[in-house]
Amino acid sequence: MKLESKVPTGPIEKSWDKHRFDLKLVNPANKRKFKVLVVGTGLAGSSAAASLAELGYNVEVFCTHDTPRRAHSIAAQGGINAAKNYPNDGDSVWRLFYDTVKGGDFRAREQNVYRLAQVSSGIIDQCVAQGVPFAREYGGTLSNRSFGGAQVSRTFYARGQTGQQLLLGAYSALMRQVGAGTIKMHPRREMLDLVVIDGVARGVIVRDLVTGKVERHWGDAVALCTGGYGNVFYLSTNANGCNVTATWRAYKRGAAFANPCYTQIHPTCVPVTGEYQSKLTLMSESLRNDGRVWVPKKKGDNRAPDQIPEDERDYYLERKYPSFGNLVPRDIASRAAKNMIDEGRGVGGTLSVYLDFADAIKRLGEDKVREKYGNLFDMYHHITDENPYRVPMRIYPAVHYTMGGLWVDYNLMTTIPGLFCLGEANFSDHGANRLGASALMQGLADGYFVLPATIGGYFAGTKLGKVTTDHEAFKEAEASVNARTNKLLAVKGTNSPSVLHRKLGHIMWDEVGMARSEKGLKKALAEIPAIREEFWKTVAVTGTGDEFNQTLERAGRVADFLEFGELLAKDALTREESCGGHFREEHQTPDGEAKRDDEKFCHVAAWEYKGDGKEPVRHEEPLTFDNVHIATRNYA
Amino acid sequence: MTTKSEAKGLNLTLKIWRQKNAEDRGGLVEYKVENVSPDMSFLEMLDVLNEQLVAKGQDAVSFDHDCREGICGSCAMMIDGQAHGPDKGATTCQLHMRRYKDGDVIVVEPFRAKAFPVVKDLAVDRSAFDRIQQAGGFVSVNTGNARDANNILIAHDTAEKAMDAAACIGCGACVAACPNASAMLFVGAKVSQYALLPQGQPERDKRALAMERAMDAEGFGHCTNEYECEAACPKEIKVSNIARLNREYLRATLVSE
Repeated sequence: MKLESKVPTGPIEKSWDKHRFDLKLVNPANKRKFKVLVVGTGLAGSSAAASLAELGYNVEVFCTHDTPRRAHSIAAQGGINAAKNYPNDGDSVWRLFYDTVKGGDFRAREQNVYRLAQVSSGIIDQCVAQGVPFAREYGGTLSNRSFGGAQVSRTFYARGQTGQQLLLGAYSALMRQVGAGTIKMHPRREMLDLVVIDGVARGVIVRDLVTGKVERHWGDAVALCTGGYGNVFYLSTNANGCNVTATWRAYKRGAAFANPCYTQIHPTCVPVTGEYQSKLTLMSESLRNDGRVWVPKKKGDNRAPDQIPEDERDYYLERKYPSFGNLVPRDIASRAAKNMIDEGRGVGGTLSVYLDFADAIKRLGEDKVREKYGNLFDMYHHITDENPYRVPMRIYPAVHYTMGGLWVDYNLMTTIPGLFCLGEANFSDHGANRLGASALMQGLADGYFVLPATIGGYFAGTKLGKVTTDHEAFKEAEASVNARTNKLLAVKGTNSPSVLHRKLGHIMWDEVGMARSEKGLKKALAEIPAIREEFWKTVAVTGTGDEFNQTLERAGRVADFLEFGELLAKDALTREESCGGHFREEHQTPDGEAKRDDEKFCHVAAWEYKGDGKEPVRHEEPLTFDNVHIATRNYA
Repeated sequence: MTTKSEAKGLNLTLKIWRQKNAEDRGGLVEYKVENVSPDMSFLEMLDVLNEQLVAKGQDAVSFDHDCREGICGSCAMMIDGQAHGPDKGATTCQLHMRRYKDGDVIVVEPFRAKAFPVVKDLAVDRSAFDRIQQAGGFVSVNTGNARDANNILIAHDTAEKAMDAAACIGCGACVAACPNASAMLFVGAKVSQYALLPQGQPERDKRALAMERAMDAEGFGHCTNEYECEAACPKEIKVSNIARLNREYLRATLVSE
């Protein structure tokens, strides 16, 4: 396997323009002859599908939900970054590029990140043109707020529902094309395999989740926009249905999986209350614009928050990182919270710290705070039965986003020609840690602007023969999907899939979570295969494969997580350094900050599948920094 | 990992609508769940029931759900006859068991409307909403055609009003709660968002006509001012959006025909 990043040479400011010019074009009349299969309808999938159809390509779209509007991008709260510099506070494409490379702890490709910063402005323009109701100033111009890891206000937002509004914008563009007949939409379909013919991606096998019918679909290219793998930890801020299945099956068909150990733990989530809990709810990073994080100075101080006087509180982020304060990047804020709790300073004897709005309410008034964050406060109130306008929120870090994903080149193509990967599902732009409000930016950059440009280069530069779904490769892939379904149904054990998923999650969180060590990772690598074995002996999947069967859907996803979790732990064990969201206890500074090893690990690790039971092969793509000086991150 | 002291568990009786598929007749089946924590969400309580059913080799209760934080609009059930249950401004996944007391009997049914056929148990087919959206719920602007975002000025209060309407999560509670199974609140919210904004003006009349006609074609009923939709809406979208839809529709018929 060769990893050719295909990044353009020459000055970085001109890279994307030059690359687009160098790509061959498909004549407008020929575009409809190419069929693209888009899997997933979050920000990346919906925006890509709509934009490709607008260009004239023939597009078919698949999603597991009853309607494409429910993809998990909908839940993104705080905002989307763009280098507009509307507030006149010194922002620029270069600064957004720099902040993102630094925020990712120097583990992303410079050229990809620069392109992301360059197209960011166009995303805001496009979304506004679609009628996305961003927050506005009284004069009618767009409002901005600040997010972690930046000292400028470049985040655009629609209350605490930015992801919802952006997704509904992309969904409306998608629906417009479905109505016009240029896109065929297949809801309630789950991709269960990729079809590769002569080394090229030529189709997918999906299961109709209502009837259970397994279908074959051919295409000239396949774009996976299937999101991240955070649910390998069982508890995360992801929706229940988020899974690794599509990218994992693609990995098993030859797509390299890059940096799976780069997982983001978000510092501000509603804490766990019991074993039955099915998910963790995020409290947006935007809250750190006005909320102050603190714990008592004294260990085991169990007084109510309003009984703890000001001078007995430790606003530890403001103390340790005075120039960024409460707005340090997520990996830093999460580890700081963990350290406070490990020291025994969790608030009220619990595993949580305070996020306090008392000062903001005093300064701005309750109404202004409600206008900015009302829906988040309501969500918190629903879950905890505590009113955050009166008492500080209790928060704790939780798994939120995954920076790793399928390896892609500058064109967003995986190591399988014809297989593209967009959004959170790919690995490329965030390095080892994603900055707040950059996920929405990247999903939409990939979908609105990058893939529509690069896919033409692929079609124009490749000789693609006709295929039909009678091809042997389709038969083989369908047979393997059916065999797996039958195998799941045949176990007839007594453990529901979620019981085994929870077991996996405990190991992942304890040993492969916020702090990782060689000993713990080796323990995880011994235990995960044991749970996998237990799964295939004891899982209970009721019903049949020929009907709406959510237990079967869940079981298939858990089975894939049980394989994938091992690769994640292996990647974490091999990366003997700390960087961004990957923290190895053996590699830290005396103050407990992440210590990179640029000599040995300034590279992307991309894993190649070699068969079940065989060791995967680790490939390296070296990273070079010609435009940003590689340095120790410093937010103090 | 427990952070909150667990209050005494609840013992509940559930009467849940079970229906194998769209053709099946279906009916209520009684289940007992024991020791339910008051901190659980309603869906987590159903998860516990399902884990027990599956362990016994019985088919789990099917229901749509995903984000479990009140934004994806997947979860949709009638709980004791109320869409999304008794809490105001909340989806089913945001309803917590602290709302109930020990010994309660809870009846759980799918959203019922001619335009929302049952898929299985509590899961229904709401694709009619997608088809209404396809008829006109968009601004026709291709990628790359946009001018600088700040060239379109929108007054703060107008943007806020558009956002109030745009907050709709497409769950269908308005339809389920309405005695006529009308989708006027859903359509009114979308039409209002665009009617309020300058970006929506060029297609304003066409949109109102097309979306209203698509709604009729799907078999939704008409509005008779019951206000049940507003009461059930988890995002508290106001019936004033229906009034605006009526004005937009009237305006469009006068202007274009």
